[in-house]
Amino acid sequence: MTEPTTLAAGAVELHLRARRDAGRGLLMPYLTGGVTPGWTDHLRAFAAAGADAIEIGLPFSDPTLDGVTIQQSSEVALARGASTRRILAGLSGLPDLGVPLVASTYYNLVLHDGPEAFCAALRRAGVDGLIVADLPVHEADELAEVAAGAGVELVLLASPVTPQDRLAEIAARSRGFVYAVSLMGTTGERAALAASAAELTGRIRQVTDRPVLLGFGISTPDQAREARRHADGVVVGAAVMRRVRDGAGPDDLRAYLTTLRQALDQECDPPP
Amino acid sequence: MRDARTWHPPAPPGGTMGEPGARGRFGDYGGRYAPESLVQACREVEEAFREAWRDPGFRGTLAGLLAEHAGRPTPLTPARRLSEALGVRLYLKREDLTHTGSHKINNVLGQALLATRMGRRRLIAETGAGQHGVATATAAALLGLDATVFMGERDIERQSLNVFRMRMLGAEVVPVTSGSRTLKDATSEAMRHWVGMTADSHYCIGSVIGPDPYPWMVKEFQRVIGDEARGQFAAELRTGVPDLVVACVGGGSNAAGTFAGFADTTARLVGVEAAGGAGAARGRVGVLHGCRSLFLQDGDGQIVEARSIAAGLDYPGVGPEHAHLRDLGRARYVTVTDEEAVGAAVRLARTEGIVPALESAHALAWVIRAAGGGELPAGSTVLMTLSGRGDKDVATFKELL
Repeated sequence: MTEPTTLAAGAVELHLRARRDAGRGLLMPYLTGGVTPGWTDHLRAFAAAGADAIEIGLPFSDPTLDGVTIQQSSEVALARGASTRRILAGLSGLPDLGVPLVASTYYNLVLHDGPEAFCAALRRAGVDGLIVADLPVHEADELAEVAAGAGVELVLLASPVTPQDRLAEIAARSRGFVYAVSLMGTTGERAALAASAAELTGRIRQVTDRPVLLGFGISTPDQAREARRHADGVVVGAAVMRRVRDGAGPDDLRAYLTTLRQALDQECDPPP
Repeated sequence: MRDARTWHPPAPPGGTMGEPGARGRFGDYGGRYAPESLVQACREVEEAFREAWRDPGFRGTLAGLLAEHAGRPTPLTPARRLSEALGVRLYLKREDLTHTGSHKINNVLGQALLATRMGRRRLIAETGAGQHGVATATAAALLGLDATVFMGERDIERQSLNVFRMRMLGAEVVPVTSGSRTLKDATSEAMRHWVGMTADSHYCIGSVIGPDPYPWMVKEFQRVIGDEARGQFAAELRTGVPDLVVACVGGGSNAAGTFAGFADTTARLVGVEAAGGAGAARGRVGVLHGCRSLFLQDGDGQIVEARSIAAGLDYPGVGPEHAHLRDLGRARYVTVTDEEAVGAAVRLARTEGIVPALESAHALAWVIRAAGGGELPAGSTVLMTLSGRGDKDVATFKELL
């Protein structure tokens, strides 16, 4: 693909492309912002474990695309008083972690102060990318334009049932990377990587060379290794949040993510 | 505000309650804000509905079910003694007399028939008080489909008889333990469940909410209320249409169906919300459960739990077309309190021999207040949709009275 988007790529995409092109399997762990008093320490642990980007959830009261684990972590964070403003203030106080930060949320929180103010606040907090679970490509115009103007990369999601022509549009309009949803379901741990993951990433590859990260149901080193055979990397959310719920501290999370890092490093054949 | 000297285009088609505009829009509201995994399923529902709604065969089958199973047409009852006391001419559209006791059956029979046409074998539904859940369980039994109904744990405790009724009809009732454990959370859980089941299941949304085409489709299936009433009024009154058309609004399906029959007339449209669940009167623009509309939110953009004595009005938002009608000024949205609603229910019981559902009692409470406050000129003709019967609320009445 020779589309000009590569030239215009932002911090997330440049960073991920450079690492991918160096043969590295990409790892993006997720944390619900504000879930514990010391939640920003978890982000440092993510970076220390070899994360290539970090996803920070801005919790919403009605997370319709999330399974039980992230629903609960959102409830816990909100009960602790977390809000977009407070979480972004927490991020502003962090030293540079050396990897791009990607916020993820639901569209109601973007609309609350309006896309302009929301994207400006992300940038001030050092957030480069944005995932909005309930904003499909055909509704994305309003935010995409504002985000691009503010220098925020709006990541779009692709699903196993997305038709091929729509997949091409998603891949062309997504910024940062393409988020491949591995299965027809909500976020959460699964026993095995879904068969639909390989088929979907294969179809995305036909239409873009943008980095492709697989998410939903990836939690074990074996699943990460298998996902790496199809995609450029993985997103790990519920498996992290379950550990946080069960009391894991930064060292525990670092140890867990290191096992995924090693699995991704072992499997370094480029995907077919 | 508007400058009277500048030209404004005439009200868009949404003002007369037709089909939504491009991308499922009613003005700025509506749309399909669904996770990518559900977009294809929404498209399939839209295509199937468009095709079915043009097909006289489908319309005929649905009309047959509505007549034979649901007991349509429902009567238009003049509320004689109450009218005399209020100084207006009040007519009640009797959705309480349908099978299962509320207007919910109109929509559910339509969607269940559509699901069959699409080859789906199972219906998924959310329910608050249980009326939509019971209607869904009923339609599923009638057409030989499976039904899975999501219901908040708190509502299950409050409405145990309806839970039993659904199970007796063969439906699976799944308790929802997340969030406030009420209708909003049951809706979220039904959507989550649908994501994994789109191949064989149809999500049968109970109100004029959700991603396109649901707000439009549910209104079309409820339009029978307004269309029937329009015909009945033409026969009843020399003027043909009432001065005022009033209905209660939770998500807003009985109001949408009623208004649809009169949007192109001179009748004034009034939607009555619960004071604790007033999405149209007090909500703010947002996106929830797949559509852009007006929702109750806190200062951080989190959705606030609605609170009403009428479980069917316990939704923290309003359907997108109502938000649009409000902006256009075509419909007005007002609120009444729990106490006013209970008082209105008792008054209807004692003057007309009808115990209304607490939801419907909200609409009546506003009529009583407006007539008493001089807002309704003497002799005004008023159509009020009596959306459901009060049997489900007898325990609540018993506690309060």
